[in-house]
Amino acid sequence: MNEATLEIPYEIPEGARNPVEPFLRMDRMPHIWCAGCGIGTTVNCFTRALLDSKANLDKVAIVSGIGCTGRVAGYARLDSFHTTHGRAIPFATGLKLANPELQVVVYSGDGDLFAIGGNHFIHAARRNMDLKVICVNNMIYAMTGGQTAPTTPATAITATSPYGVSEPTFNLVALAEAAGASYVARWTTYHVKQLARSMEEVLKKKGFCFIEVISPCPTLYQRRNKMGDGLDAMKDYKAKSKVRNGAPTGECTLSKTGEIVVGKFVDRERPDYLELLKAQMIESLGDRYVEPEEACCSEC
Amino acid sequence: MVERFASRIPTVGGIFIQMEDELAASITIQGAVWGGAKAFTVTSGPGFSLMMEHIGYAAMTETPCVFVNVQRGGPSTGLPTLPAQADMMQARWGSHGDYGIIALCPNSPQECFDLTITAFNLSEEFRVPVMMMLDECVGHMTEKVVIPEAEKIAVTPRRYTTQPPEEFRAFEPKGDMVPDMVKAGDGYRFHVTGLTHDERGYPSMNVETQDRLVRRLLDKLKPLANGRALCETEGLDDADVVVVSYGITSRVAQRALQMARQRGIRAGKFRLISAWPFPAERIRELAGRVKAFVVPEINLGQMVYEVERAAAGKAKVIPVSHAGGTVHKPEAILKAIVEAAQ
Ligand SMILES: Cc1ncc(C[n+]2csc(CCOP(=O)(O)OP(=O)(O)O)c2C)c(N)n1
Ligand code: SF4
Ligand SMILES: [Mg+2]
Repeated sequence: MNEATLEIPYEIPEGARNPVEPFLRMDRMPHIWCAGCGIGTTVNCFTRALLDSKANLDKVAIVSGIGCTGRVAGYARLDSFHTTHGRAIPFATGLKLANPELQVVVYSGDGDLFAIGGNHFIHAARRNMDLKVICVNNMIYAMTGGQTAPTTPATAITATSPYGVSEPTFNLVALAEAAGASYVARWTTYHVKQLARSMEEVLKKKGFCFIEVISPCPTLYQRRNKMGDGLDAMKDYKAKSKVRNGAPTGECTLSKTGEIVVGKFVDRERPDYLELLKAQMIESLGDRYVEPEEACCSEC
Repeated sequence: MVERFASRIPTVGGIFIQMEDELAASITIQGAVWGGAKAFTVTSGPGFSLMMEHIGYAAMTETPCVFVNVQRGGPSTGLPTLPAQADMMQARWGSHGDYGIIALCPNSPQECFDLTITAFNLSEEFRVPVMMMLDECVGHMTEKVVIPEAEKIAVTPRRYTTQPPEEFRAFEPKGDMVPDMVKAGDGYRFHVTGLTHDERGYPSMNVETQDRLVRRLLDKLKPLANGRALCETEGLDDADVVVVSYGITSRVAQRALQMARQRGIRAGKFRLISAWPFPAERIRELAGRVKAFVVPEINLGQMVYEVERAAAGKAKVIPVSHAGGTVHKPEAILKAIVEAAQ
């Protein structure tokens, strides 16, 4: 990375070397992630996006569920919330409604957001709640030892599918589009520049935005499926991915060894939840409608 | 409650959102709290079961919020919209792990109003989830309610830190064992986790931190278990028999107590208003000077075990159980009082 272009608007703590350090809770290092894990790469892209978006970091909050990816909130030097398994989105919904000037980012794993938390995902997308959802899809429940997730591709071997997965896999980008997301993109951890740019885009966009990041879990997924280490995953992503911006999401289903379609698939304008709420209340209540102020309970 | 809230709140600057399920509702309110709002959710029966994980999360993260549970018969779908008081232990112990909560039991519409304010105030003071444990009868009851002028209502404000971000440690307890609050967006860059955490709020999963944190989560509630317990008493000075009750059952018990007094039995009333923390000291003290406690409740035995534990064999404890669907007959409670007095 070229330090000269970074222009970090913050004081770099003494002894810091990496330009992302001001965005991280360095007092919590070392992190828990394994060597070759893709989660750290996504965090790098995220810090780059925060920097490039020139967002006021005091007004950016990050909410995670539970899992290896769920630990991201704990390392980000933002107002950060490590919630319960699957419930990052409803927590983030409350946070956003209480303080609409916050930019609320949900950062979590595929199992968290689409197995236990799938119901919340579709409803937040339907409402077009102004949340930026980043899903690190390592196709597995990593934190708990590599069990099958709804995103695990058919035939893959996991701790709970020792003879290979027989269920069809979830196509997350198609789900997000169908449920109403304003922005839908998918990248892999090989596509760091594109990923950082997508993250920056969603930080500037209103409404429910979704980015899926295909990311290696060498320790559990790669190893059990004889797919090598983190570097092998990069080679694999490079060979198999195909950038198709605007591709119909229905054609972007992932498989164990097939093509990985990446790109920005959806970028549309829809009024978000709070805009719709306000419009409806004004329509029905007229002058009687009192807009929610920013939380007032320090006085009242 | 929800219907009224939905119609009223947009005219007073609040937000009502109907979430997709109770799992969502019970954590959405907590996001709202950390965004700076006061927030509550309402449920009954199975919905309360779904909220359990987040009651634990609120206890662990010391998130002040209010859960209203209008109890109906269970288990499972049970008796929709017929009364019970069978979630009392669930309110106390329903989430995994050790933690403390506050539960209040109104017995009239007026108390539903007054105690909801108390519930919010206590949640702010102790930073715990507070449960309003209604039963179907109290929940659907129509009675006169006097709503005081807004200025006359005492509201406990959230105790936000006055320390600057560099000095502030989000989970450092103050003199009352309760840490100061903070909200997102104010530049504190704080962290909240349901994992065992140190005073900074950072995960710290070891025996020492666990011991320090979990003991404090319980110990901070001690004032409410002792001197500040909310209860209503009558005729305890000369009582031989004390009826311990709460919610709608306390109103049936009132009739039974009248009938007992008419028969010359010295019966007294102890109505639990704050059922959790259980006012064990009050019961212990009474146990030393009465013959027996009679404990009617619309369940097959829940709070009666607490009474038994506090009485510690010094007075007899007689349950008057009821499986739910309606309230006790006063005669059933009277019969127990008569037996107890012998
Ligand atoms: C209610 C509940 N069920 C199960 C768990 C155990 N659990 C923790 S993380 C996890 C899966 C996480 O998978 P994913 O979201 O894909 O995250 P990853 O570790 O792969 O990043 C599970 C099942 C839990 N914490 N809570
Ligand atoms: S188990 Fe997998 S996902 Fe978790 S840190 Fe290790 S490599 Fe990453
Ligand atoms: Mg995963």
